[in-house]
Amino acid sequence: MKPRHKRIAMIVGGLAVLGVAAALVLKAFNENLVFFFTPTQVEAKQVPQGRAFRIGGMVVPGSVKRRADGVTVQFLVTDTAKDVPVVYRGILPDLFKEGKGVVTQGKLGDDGVFYASEVLAKHDENYMPPAAADAIKQAQSINEKATHTLVESSK
Amino acid sequence: MIPELGQLALALALCLALAQSVLGLLGAARGETVWMAATRHVARGQFVFVAIAFLCLAYSFIANDFTVAYVASNSNSALPLHYRIAGVWGGHEGSMLLWILMLSVWTFAVTLFSRHLPLEMVARVLGVMGLVSVGFILFILFTSNPFLRLFPAPPDGRDLNPLLQDPGMVAHPPMLYMGYVGFSIAFSFAVAALLSGRLDAAWARWSRPWTTAAWCFLTIGIALGSGWAYYELGWGGWWFWDPVENASFMPWLTGTALIHSLAVTEKRGAFRSWTVLLAIVAFALSLLGTFLVRSGVLTSVHAFATDPTRGIFILALLAIVIGGSLLVYVLRAPKIGLGGGFEPLSRESMLLANNVIFASAAGSVLLGTLYPLALDATGLGKISVGPPYFETVFVPLMAPALFLMGVGPLARWKKASLPDLASRLRWALATSVLAGLVLPFAMGRWGAMVALGLLLAAWVAASGFVQLYEKVRNASSGANSWARLQSVPRATYGMLVAHFGVAVFVVGVTLVKGYETEKDVRMERGDTVEAGGYTFRFDGVTAVQGPNYAAQRGQIVVTRDGRPVTTLNPEKRVYRVQSMPMTEAAISPGLTRDLYVSLGEPVGATAWIVRVYHKPFVDWIWGGCLIMALGGALAASDRRYRLAARRLREQYAAVAEMT
Repeated sequence: MKPRHKRIAMIVGGLAVLGVAAALVLKAFNENLVFFFTPTQVEAKQVPQGRAFRIGGMVVPGSVKRRADGVTVQFLVTDTAKDVPVVYRGILPDLFKEGKGVVTQGKLGDDGVFYASEVLAKHDENYMPPAAADAIKQAQSINEKATHTLVESSK
Repeated sequence: MIPELGQLALALALCLALAQSVLGLLGAARGETVWMAATRHVARGQFVFVAIAFLCLAYSFIANDFTVAYVASNSNSALPLHYRIAGVWGGHEGSMLLWILMLSVWTFAVTLFSRHLPLEMVARVLGVMGLVSVGFILFILFTSNPFLRLFPAPPDGRDLNPLLQDPGMVAHPPMLYMGYVGFSIAFSFAVAALLSGRLDAAWARWSRPWTTAAWCFLTIGIALGSGWAYYELGWGGWWFWDPVENASFMPWLTGTALIHSLAVTEKRGAFRSWTVLLAIVAFALSLLGTFLVRSGVLTSVHAFATDPTRGIFILALLAIVIGGSLLVYVLRAPKIGLGGGFEPLSRESMLLANNVIFASAAGSVLLGTLYPLALDATGLGKISVGPPYFETVFVPLMAPALFLMGVGPLARWKKASLPDLASRLRWALATSVLAGLVLPFAMGRWGAMVALGLLLAAWVAASGFVQLYEKVRNASSGANSWARLQSVPRATYGMLVAHFGVAVFVVGVTLVKGYETEKDVRMERGDTVEAGGYTFRFDGVTAVQGPNYAAQRGQIVVTRDGRPVTTLNPEKRVYRVQSMPMTEAAISPGLTRDLYVSLGEPVGATAWIVRVYHKPFVDWIWGGCLIMALGGALAASDRRYRLAARRLREQYAAVAEMT
């Protein structure tokens, strides 16, 4: 082989390796994207079936219950418009509290219950996960619009 | 009075940093010897004033001066002294001051160890570092001044975030910043070389020890952060692929690539433009890391800044540094020229493959970290990219890198022969295949991933021994083997030790992934649970008082086959000032396993949820990192660099005399 051919062969080989790597990365990336949904979207069945996603909102006060085994917990997550029941087996993060923001990842069961594999920790007392805050804001703005329409139609 | 003194010192440091960059860069451009010679002294002065500013802030913390806003929000009179000192970098403002301190420490080191270098080069390097320093001091003075007073002053401070009240947190930020900021030297050398147009093997030789030293600090810093997360967050993971971790991992990956490509540039003169680009990118990623972590883009224990001007300032700084250096690169790089050619099978080609792999790894981490942020910022939706993505990407990327680690150091420069390599490595190959097949059985259960991991770790270790053996056998001087061992350059030992550290790390990751046991159970007093062959008995909790917290302390007695092993005391703490609950795990570390226990929450009257982990070989992960860093330290301290630098200076002097 002439040096020129060798160089071309090397460049082609290198590009092929890079191409494979890029394809691999993008495939893995696509398969492992976790989308975020609000309880309203869950209620409206706008969520993927059989795939993990995240929901966020506020833990409904008084809704946290522990099952008989002591390790499984159930609670409601709300965006103030709709509630989603969540079941989680394991230890909750230190700052998980009723009435506070929460983000949780898992899959939606056929029974409409969200089976969480992960409940995300917060790092300080007053911090609301931005995703949870957004979910509540979204729901409230929809609510507001709805009230406005009500007020207007009653005029 | 003291805080004002600190602020004044910082303002003076800004002036000196400005002078440093002007004298250095203009002096070198115009050939003003006096200016260039002055740069070094100005740089030392800058270090002195930054150090004074830092000490003033530290004094305010030690003296509990709550009239200073930053102290009031990050400390408390009940906080023990060592955490008050760590509190200096426990918040945004102080950590930026630490950043600047690290930069001036590195600058100071350059002024000390650059006597062998040509004056023009030193002046340019210090000039570029001065510019970076100007940017960051401006940032501190305008957006995050730690010396601002609070009026009226509160009677006591808001306390340091309890998560940060930990020995690991005392050392993690300084180490990490030493690493981040250390890449500024490789960056400055690269920009200086581009400016002077003298981008040769000598430049690579000067950059190498600095780059390696920075890489060591970064390695230790990341390991400390990972260790902290492991025992402090209370859920026993050592790496979460959290954006904050990724922010420190990207410069590490690029830095690793840079170290290897610098080797080629030094020895063979090849890859020059690529090496320069890597040096720029490594520092750019360090800055990006600082931006991501400190701007409040990411919400985590690290993100203090809620002030948007700060984020915009760092972003602007980032744009100027990256844009400016890339501009210089584009203008100057075409003049660099290619180095010596090489065959498809040679040490060069293998190091090239190493670089491609590490660059792809850094790229895929960047994608997984920035894509969700970009999507969120543009309002296109909220997504997150979890650990599965990074794990699927990293295993296939790193397996070939580990394989090459065995072959590369044995391959000849320019042209290697496959049959020759195969025959030299046949024993290493046989040993590692055997290890992969048999060792998993010793752990109790055979699995493909475990076998692969152990095979690769054994391969790296065994081929390392082959490399050492050949080096010693070929060493010219000395009749006895001890003299031969001594004649092998320290840099080679550094490489061997660092690669061995990788093998140790891989063993740790493989075994903990493959064989760990995690159990979350509800336990009454006297209940037992079994994990990894150990029996854990819960003996209830008692209330205890700490200096600034109240805690429930559990007692768990661990036995194995009836014999007592250890007693663990995990705690559930509530820190008084911020009334923040905290889980303090109890760990019994060991060479072959960690026993890890943490308290969940009380259920019913006397029962608790307890998390019980058996983590085989988990300490090898951090042990491997420390060995890697040790190898780097050995390599960086090779006297060859100093001797070579002296010879070179003499050459330059001779050339200067002739002209």
